[in-house]
Amino acid sequence: MASQAVLLNVKEASRQFGGIRALTDVSIQLRSGELIGLIGPNGAGKTTLFNLLTGVYEPSQGEITLNGQSIGGKKPYEICQKGAARTFQNIRLFGEMTVAENIKIAYTQHAKYSVWASFFRLPGFYKGEKEIAEKTDELLKIFGLSEQKDEKSKNLSYGAQRRLEIARALAARPKLLLLDEPAAGMNPQETRELMNLIRWIREQFELTILLIEHDMSLVMGVCDRIYVLDQGKLIAEGTPERIRNNKAVIDAYLGQEA
Amino acid sequence: MAVLRKHGSFRLMVIMQKLGSFWMFLAGSLVVFAVIQVLLSTGAMGDVFQSTVVLIGINIILTVSLNLINGITGQFSLGHAGFMSVGAYASAIMTLDFNVPFPLALIIGGCVAALCGAIIGIPTLRLKGDYLAIATLGFGEIIRIVFLNTDYVGGAAGLSGIPNKTTWVWLFFFTLVSVILIQNFIRSKHGRACIAIRENEIAAEAMGINTTTYKVIAFMIGAFFAGIAGGLSAHFFYVINPSSFGFMKSFEILVMVVLGGLGSTSGAIIGAIVLTLLLTLLQPYPELRMIIYSASLVLMMIFRPGGLLGTKEFTLSFLNKKEGDPHGIASRSA
Repeated sequence: MASQAVLLNVKEASRQFGGIRALTDVSIQLRSGELIGLIGPNGAGKTTLFNLLTGVYEPSQGEITLNGQSIGGKKPYEICQKGAARTFQNIRLFGEMTVAENIKIAYTQHAKYSVWASFFRLPGFYKGEKEIAEKTDELLKIFGLSEQKDEKSKNLSYGAQRRLEIARALAARPKLLLLDEPAAGMNPQETRELMNLIRWIREQFELTILLIEHDMSLVMGVCDRIYVLDQGKLIAEGTPERIRNNKAVIDAYLGQEA
Repeated sequence: MAVLRKHGSFRLMVIMQKLGSFWMFLAGSLVVFAVIQVLLSTGAMGDVFQSTVVLIGINIILTVSLNLINGITGQFSLGHAGFMSVGAYASAIMTLDFNVPFPLALIIGGCVAALCGAIIGIPTLRLKGDYLAIATLGFGEIIRIVFLNTDYVGGAAGLSGIPNKTTWVWLFFFTLVSVILIQNFIRSKHGRACIAIRENEIAAEAMGINTTTYKVIAFMIGAFFAGIAGGLSAHFFYVINPSSFGFMKSFEILVMVVLGGLGSTSGAIIGAIVLTLLLTLLQPYPELRMIIYSASLVLMMIFRPGGLLGTKEFTLSFLNKKEGDPHGIASRSA
């Protein structure tokens, strides 16, 4: 693993909101193919870091590179096009659109046909739409959503909405997948299924995954390495085994019995 | 039942279903065209009928194009009358001063309006909700004031003596093409991107959609067709002046769209037809006209707050359910 190329490199990134330092000098590195966990108490800055990585916020200081290209301060859609897709902590689906349409949105950037082709139904339109429809069906099948493909996405069950969000992120064909609390609100059974799904898509799509999660069984179960944030600072980094026994992490987050 | 279904009218419905909604729409439109053409050419109906029909056509173009901006892309614009006036003036100048053929003049009018749409859209579309509404309202008024103070286009008196070239045939042609083109846009990846912006702008952007570009594109397309509608109206009523393109006109179009159902093209068409007819029928009762008009809108908002069609489209898919075997229902509930 160590020989793999560095995909994501965050160098001493900081973010301030007014006088509040949400993140201070955070440095993390993800090599291609790794599955990395990001944990920490509420308000530690995990989602802020995600927002820096996906362009929602600009880093106040520091540098972020994806695949050697600087992405700090780039717009979210540019970062997505460069190969980083995300899911959201509070699900953000396109509620009035169908399940299939939700996924088709992420293929928008990959199907190349112009506005003119759509106006006049030029051959490019049919070719592009056919390609989108086929890819969408494939993904729906993988995620077990084929049955509900014409349902409005807001009518799906909570677990299915979470799965659809991951499917939609994969449709953007990312190299780096950022999952923000994918197991939030799931029961233990669903969490186990999600764990298998995450492992499986990582192999299948050759992904590098960064995962925020509070469910320790999930994080400890799937991650190669874990970064721990507390009050905007990185307090530990290492394999699940080492994190479990790290004094600072136990004090700040895990508690005694962990 | 199964035997019954194989016969008579049902077979016709199956054929209609197989033809697909686009061809059905086209066929239906041509029937409407033929009926009205006959009524007009035999002189069975008077001048009021003709001007009502033309107004309905113009309003359909206006509502369908405004629906693209407000209903589909979710950007609340109140400047539609402004774009309409740009198209009206530009095309009138083309036919009056440059002898440009009528259809070409309309398209030039639309292009100038689209250009204005881009110029206004690029700075204002970073605003959201009420702020965008106020900014577009302001720009609509600026356009009106500019025409009011430009001597070349007649100032407050406006332009008159515009040749009457908006015939029923041209009107029908431009209305039909406008609706088809806008609907084609909506039903493509570009249209889906616009809907995604309406549904959740942050998620749309995170999925690789350049939201600013798509908003400006929707704005330009809307403005283009508003310009076409303006040109058609200028070449029907002989006279245009700035006062007919005030913000009340923008509101009128918006009311039609909302009444039909924001986000639905067929709703926008129905809204345009219903409200134009209502206003025309009430013409003989000027003292009651605005009361009934407003009361019907209030009732509408109480009983169908989402508009006549909501975000749904009027389709023939209900035929599909009848046609389908019993599995239709079973598989859906499973």
